[in-house]
Amino acid sequence: MSATTGAMHLTRRSATELATAIAAGEVTAREVTDEHLARIDAVDGSIHAFLHVDYEGARAQADAVDAKRAAGGPLGPLAGVPVALKDVFTQKGVPTTAGSRILEGWRPPYDSTVVSRLRDADCVILGKTNMDEFAMGSSTEHSGYGPTHNPWDTDRIPGGSGGGSAAAVAAFEAPLAIGTDTGGSIRQPASVTGTVGVKPTYGGVSRFGLIALASSLDQAGPCARSVMDAALLHQALAGHDPKDSTSLDLEVPDVVAAAKRADVRGMRIGLVSQLSGNGYQPGVRQRFDEAVEILTNLGAEPVEVSCPNFEYALAAYYLILPSEASSNLARFDGMRFGIRVGDDGDANVEEVMSATRAAGFGDEVKRRIMLGTYALSSGYYDAYYGQAQKVRTLIARDFDAAFSEVDVLLSPTAPTTAFKLGEKLDDPLAMYLNDVATIPVNLAGNAAMSLPIGLAPEDGLPVGLQIMAPSMADDRLYNVGAALETALRDKWGHLLIEEAPAL
Amino acid sequence: MSTATVNPDFATAISNYDPVLGFEVHVELSTNSKMFCGCPTDFGAAPNTHVCPTCVGLPGSLPVVNEAAVEATIKIGLALNCDIAEWCRFARKNYFYPDMPKDYQISQYDEPLCSNGYLDVDVVDEAGEHRTVRVEIERVHMEEDTGKLLHTGGDTGRIHGADYSLVDYNRAGVPLIEIVTKTIEGTGALAPEVGKAYVTQLRELVRSLNVSDVRMEQGSLRCDANVSLMPKGASEWGTRTETKNVNSLRSVERAIRSEIIRQAEVLDAGGTITQETRHFHETTGDTTPGREKSDAEDYRYFPEPDLIPIAADPQWVEQLRAALPEAPSLRLGRLQKEWGLSDFDMLAVVSSGAVDVVVATVDAGADQAAARKWWLGELTRIANSEGVELEALAITPTQVARVVALVEDGSLNDKLARKVIEGVLAGEGEPDDVVAARGLAVVSDDGPLIAAIDEAIAANPDVVEKIAGGKPQAAGVIVGSVMKATRGQADAGRVRELLFEKLGVDA
Repeated sequence: MSATTGAMHLTRRSATELATAIAAGEVTAREVTDEHLARIDAVDGSIHAFLHVDYEGARAQADAVDAKRAAGGPLGPLAGVPVALKDVFTQKGVPTTAGSRILEGWRPPYDSTVVSRLRDADCVILGKTNMDEFAMGSSTEHSGYGPTHNPWDTDRIPGGSGGGSAAAVAAFEAPLAIGTDTGGSIRQPASVTGTVGVKPTYGGVSRFGLIALASSLDQAGPCARSVMDAALLHQALAGHDPKDSTSLDLEVPDVVAAAKRADVRGMRIGLVSQLSGNGYQPGVRQRFDEAVEILTNLGAEPVEVSCPNFEYALAAYYLILPSEASSNLARFDGMRFGIRVGDDGDANVEEVMSATRAAGFGDEVKRRIMLGTYALSSGYYDAYYGQAQKVRTLIARDFDAAFSEVDVLLSPTAPTTAFKLGEKLDDPLAMYLNDVATIPVNLAGNAAMSLPIGLAPEDGLPVGLQIMAPSMADDRLYNVGAALETALRDKWGHLLIEEAPAL
Repeated sequence: MSTATVNPDFATAISNYDPVLGFEVHVELSTNSKMFCGCPTDFGAAPNTHVCPTCVGLPGSLPVVNEAAVEATIKIGLALNCDIAEWCRFARKNYFYPDMPKDYQISQYDEPLCSNGYLDVDVVDEAGEHRTVRVEIERVHMEEDTGKLLHTGGDTGRIHGADYSLVDYNRAGVPLIEIVTKTIEGTGALAPEVGKAYVTQLRELVRSLNVSDVRMEQGSLRCDANVSLMPKGASEWGTRTETKNVNSLRSVERAIRSEIIRQAEVLDAGGTITQETRHFHETTGDTTPGREKSDAEDYRYFPEPDLIPIAADPQWVEQLRAALPEAPSLRLGRLQKEWGLSDFDMLAVVSSGAVDVVVATVDAGADQAAARKWWLGELTRIANSEGVELEALAITPTQVARVVALVEDGSLNDKLARKVIEGVLAGEGEPDDVVAARGLAVVSDDGPLIAAIDEAIAANPDVVEKIAGGKPQAAGVIVGSVMKATRGQADAGRVRELLFEKLGVDA
């Protein structure tokens, strides 16, 4: 592309192209940032991907990158590339709410490690994206600040909990975004917005500064429009952090090299029989079968694999997650940060805590706090939390057995394409079922990616394919994902996202 | 050493009931940084200055285990003859309270780092016989301290009735270890002494490991005493109470004694004991009820998912075991032998918490008897009246040794030595500085004395005549006037000798 490319073109370029153009001096980081801020101004009224746009901060970061380049300083591989940050990460001085009213007005005094790594990579953080409150949900409708709309059809959900990050990328408001994935919150939004989302191996990216939903499941990862862009962001984020005890002190797999390799010849790809069939939309199944066929034609060998304990994943997940969440969310008591309700001079501390939590938390959060409080109660612990942990072990064993046979596992990412806003809001169980295919990976702690594989014929909405890899074999996701993406791009002549309607 | 006169109520209680004890002792470790973050642990800083996102529980913050705290806990466990777990985890104890930044405390639950140990403690029974009681240790585990609440307004200084409360999170996250005993039975009338001896000797043990200040008055060692009574001959334990706010070694004994008496009175009157927390009051020596504590209180413990398990390398544990200092009990035996003390005299040193200061004073050159005399006498009196531990006094063993030396070489008598100590405690400098500044030395040079005697002789010719006439008792007048002239610093005996010498009479 030429240096004189117009405004629309800058926002439609990939992160890889933007970084190259900025490094080459074809365009300044400031121009790139300004164009993205202008795009946000133009379209976010109908998308609502952002809860806070940091105009000043973003421009200052962009100017710093330009100054650094002018001074001949070494630039990171994503220097000057804008990134949207899920509002669950602390960023010093920037409002951070986790999608909850209870944190309204809170400006953290410290940076999360993800933010520090983005700064180290010379990225420009545009602002904070919308999400289900405390990352509890699959539609972003549980945000305390109103839902995000799917750029493919604004009457539909963008997925959740990271609907804001996925929609920002899909609506060309940002080339990259950060999400978090506790049960599918990066992958399911990627699936329904026609974008790429990766949940790295648990411990691969630091959780320091990530407002915890379920500590043993939460994992931060990249959202992008292409596999290579995701790989570049993944590489910038990953690596050991001494501030997170659960962070792995291991060498980060070379995901960028894997995305370049894009070669599946001789690989064995497992098709999980428990993650297909009933409950999956026909168009989803059709596109999935086609993707497997493409990979087969590229030289991979498909193998049917059974993971019998996946059947119990959803039940175990909805005990472990609420249990940990009920404890993690205890600190939101109105004493030290966020809103305080009912402090009228007469109310005692318990009454103020109670009133604050009653007013500040939404229904889904309250529902899960109650579930978790119950599951951890004396006399119920063994039957619920204890039993769920056993299931977790069994699921990890299923993965181990499967990966002794195959290199990666495949499934549809979500059972359906994007549903309508409000459609499942009153039916929590139906909502929970969205994550049936993504949850096993969180329970076992290994890595997975969702990438777009076409539009479902019946509704014309994006379908996602999930690739699952063993722990610390995140590179396999990028190798297989890039091979499939390349084949699909050759077939369509462009990335699927290019087919999204204009906003 | 307790020599309390037998309280008749206590004697009655003990004749009807067998006391059962249990202790939960919290020790704040003196690591440089907190349990789960890098903040300093120093005591006494301005409120909320030793804090960071982790120890005030800001959203997104995470804990990381302080290895030095794990090492200190293992040392304590080893010194208490515990098994050290090869693999254990932290757990969250969930409850809402404003001094708990996260509204849960990171502690250990069913997987403590150390378990199944014991400490043998020495007491002297009613007959003056030396007895060793084995206190079994159930567990030693790690946790984080809470913040400190200051309740303003109201009469009680407690949260109920306060106008407002302030929180200082400097203490939040300071490494705390909890040492829990199994129940201690069969101590009978010795229960209060056993309690005091346990806490005293536990404190000595922890101090010898150099892992904590173990200062009860500063809260770096805190003791909760569980007491229950069972009727003589019964086999089932009674309902227990947990007495908190026991802030000195002496209070341990007093609190147990008072609680035994109180419970016996309730039971004698046909009442029942409420399971509750009670607060000990230093001034009145009794306990009052605090929070009711039912077994139904549910902390919803579960393994802390933010921390990876602790797997102490067995080789490392063995290295720590090999490097443990001499056990205090062995050390006490050795000291008792070196000093040639009776059991009674040795226990007096131990129960005054004076072992280390006496040893240090002896090391600084003092005779052990003199060192004991000053630490157990004058200095204990002052420490008690100030309500502090001996170590907290503003005088060092080296300074005490210097005072002892000055007495021994005749420069000071005991009365002057007390003034020197008073001066040192008042911050007037080293003992020699105080002697010089206050002019306290015993006048030993005969020159000024002879001059003073000559003056007194000249001023009292009648008295001289009486002495010369065979009435030596009249010499008192001359001696008194010399003492007056020398402001009490003359050695009266020497004055008398010099006077008789001068007058050529035999004393």
